[in-house]
Amino acid sequence: MIQSLRKVIVPLIAMVVFLLLWEALVWVNNWPNYKMASPSDLWPAYTRYWELFLVMGWQTLWRTVLGLILAIIVGVAIGMVMGFSRTMRDALYPLLVGFNAIPKATIVPIVALLFVGAHDFNTVLIAFMISFFPIAVSVSIGLSTLEPEYRDILRALGASQATIFWKIALPKTLPEFFGALKVAVTLAFIGTNLMEIVSPHGRGLGALFDSGKTNSDYPLMFAVLIALAVLGIVLYYIVVALERIFAGWAERPAG
Amino acid sequence: MTSLIDIKGVRHAYKTANGPLPVLDGLNLSVPEGGFCAVVGPSGCGKSTLTRLVAGLMKPDEGEVTLHGEPVRGPRSTVGMAFQNPVLLEWRSILKNVMLPLEIVPGGLKGKAAEDRARYLLSLVGLEGFEDKRPSELSGGMRQRASLCRALVHQPEVLILDEPFGALDAFTREDLWQTMHEVKAKEPFTGVLITHDLRESIFLGDQVVVLSGRPARTQYVMEISRDKAPSLDDLYTPIAAERLNTLRHQIEIAQGRVTEEASA
Repeated sequence: MIQSLRKVIVPLIAMVVFLLLWEALVWVNNWPNYKMASPSDLWPAYTRYWELFLVMGWQTLWRTVLGLILAIIVGVAIGMVMGFSRTMRDALYPLLVGFNAIPKATIVPIVALLFVGAHDFNTVLIAFMISFFPIAVSVSIGLSTLEPEYRDILRALGASQATIFWKIALPKTLPEFFGALKVAVTLAFIGTNLMEIVSPHGRGLGALFDSGKTNSDYPLMFAVLIALAVLGIVLYYIVVALERIFAGWAERPAG
Repeated sequence: MTSLIDIKGVRHAYKTANGPLPVLDGLNLSVPEGGFCAVVGPSGCGKSTLTRLVAGLMKPDEGEVTLHGEPVRGPRSTVGMAFQNPVLLEWRSILKNVMLPLEIVPGGLKGKAAEDRARYLLSLVGLEGFEDKRPSELSGGMRQRASLCRALVHQPEVLILDEPFGALDAFTREDLWQTMHEVKAKEPFTGVLITHDLRESIFLGDQVVVLSGRPARTQYVMEISRDKAPSLDDLYTPIAAERLNTLRHQIEIAQGRVTEEASA
C-alpha cells in the first residue's frame, strides 16, 4: 500500500518541484514571456484555447498512431524477410542504414512537394518513415539470432516453418520488438510534429505551435510543448502496458 | 534380432569455403530396442552430427541410418531430443513447455490427457509443484529435468541426448544420472547419449561407443551388462575402474596421443 502510494506521490512531488523551479527561474531573471513563458502563463493559454487543444491534439494523435501502425506492419515484414534470409539481409541492410542516416527534416519538404496538399497523408508518411527502422532491425536480429537448438527441437518433430515461427520465433522476438516499439513511438511522434510545423495550413499540435509563433503568442507555444509532452508520455506508457501483457514473461521477477 | 537404430557405413562431409570437411567416415552403430548407447569421443569429432542424422535433421552423404529397418529420410515425430542447453521457452510455464511436442506431433494427446501425461512425467523427475513456474525460476538441473520430460512426453521410440548434463555441476549431474535410471524403469525408451564424461557413459549406457578423432569412425565398442539399475557406489568398484581405464586409453588413441601399435 505504502509502496504503491510512493509510486504516485514521488513523481508528483518531482513534477511540482520542477514547475516551481521553472516559475522561480523566470521570476528571478524577470524575463518577459516572449523570452520564456512561466507555468503561470500556461493556464490562461489552456483555458482560452482548450477546444483547439482537443481538436489539434486528436489530429496529432491519430496520425502518429496510424504512422506507427504502418511502421509496425512494414517493419515487421522487412524484419522477417531479413531475419529468415541471409541474402535479403545482406541486400537490404545497407539500404536501410543509408535511408535511416538521412535526417528526416530534409525529407519533409520533399514529401510536401511530392504530394502537395495531401497534409494527412504526408504527415502519416513521415511518421511512418522515421519510425519503421528500429522495428525492422530488432525483428530481423531477433529472428536471425534464434539458437539452432530451438529450431531443432521442433523440426525434429516434423514441424513446418510456419509452426516454428508461430510457436517459437515470434514469441521469442517479442521483447526486442517492444524495446524497438518504445523508440519507434517517440520517433513517430517527432515525425508527425515535423510535418505539422513545416507544412503551411497544417493541422495538429505542430500547426498550433506554428500559429503561436506567427501571432507572437508565446505562452501558447509553451503550452503546446507541455501538451506534446503529455501526449508523448501517454503513447509511451500505452506501449509499456502492451509490453507487460504480451512480453511480461521477459521481465525477471523482483528480488 | 533386429536393432531399433542401425547406422551402417555412414560418411558425411560439411561443405566449407576450403573444400569439403569430412566429419564422419565409416560410422557403424546399432542399438537394440530398449538399449541405451553412450557415444564418447574427442571434441569436435562429429558426435552432434550423429544425433542430427538419427533425428532426420540431415542426410548422410553415404551409408544408411535406419530406425526399425526403415531408412530415415526426414524428421519424424517418433524422436525426442534434449541438448546441453535445455532450450525451454521462457514465455511458457514448465507444464506448457513439457506439453509442447504434443501440440506438434500428429495424433498427440490433447487437452486433459496431455496435461495429465506432462504432470506424470514431471512428478517422475521430482518436479512436482513446479508445473506453473517459469523456466527462469528454476535451477539449471531442474530445467534439464523439465527438458527431459519434454523429450519423453510424446512417447518417442528414440531418445537422443546431446550432452544433456554437460553444463551441470558434478553433484547435480550424479542426481540426474540416477533420475535417468528411475525414468527408464517406468518409461522405457531406446536412447543415444552423447557425452564427454566417461563415468557417465558407463553408468548410463549398456553400450559405450568410442569414436575416433575427425573424421569419426567407430573405433571401439564396450558392452556393459547389468541386471538392475546401478548405484553411484558401483562407479568405485574395480570393474568400473577397469572399464574407465580401457575407455580412457581408447580416447587417447582417438586423440592420436598413443598409437595402437605402441600400446599393443
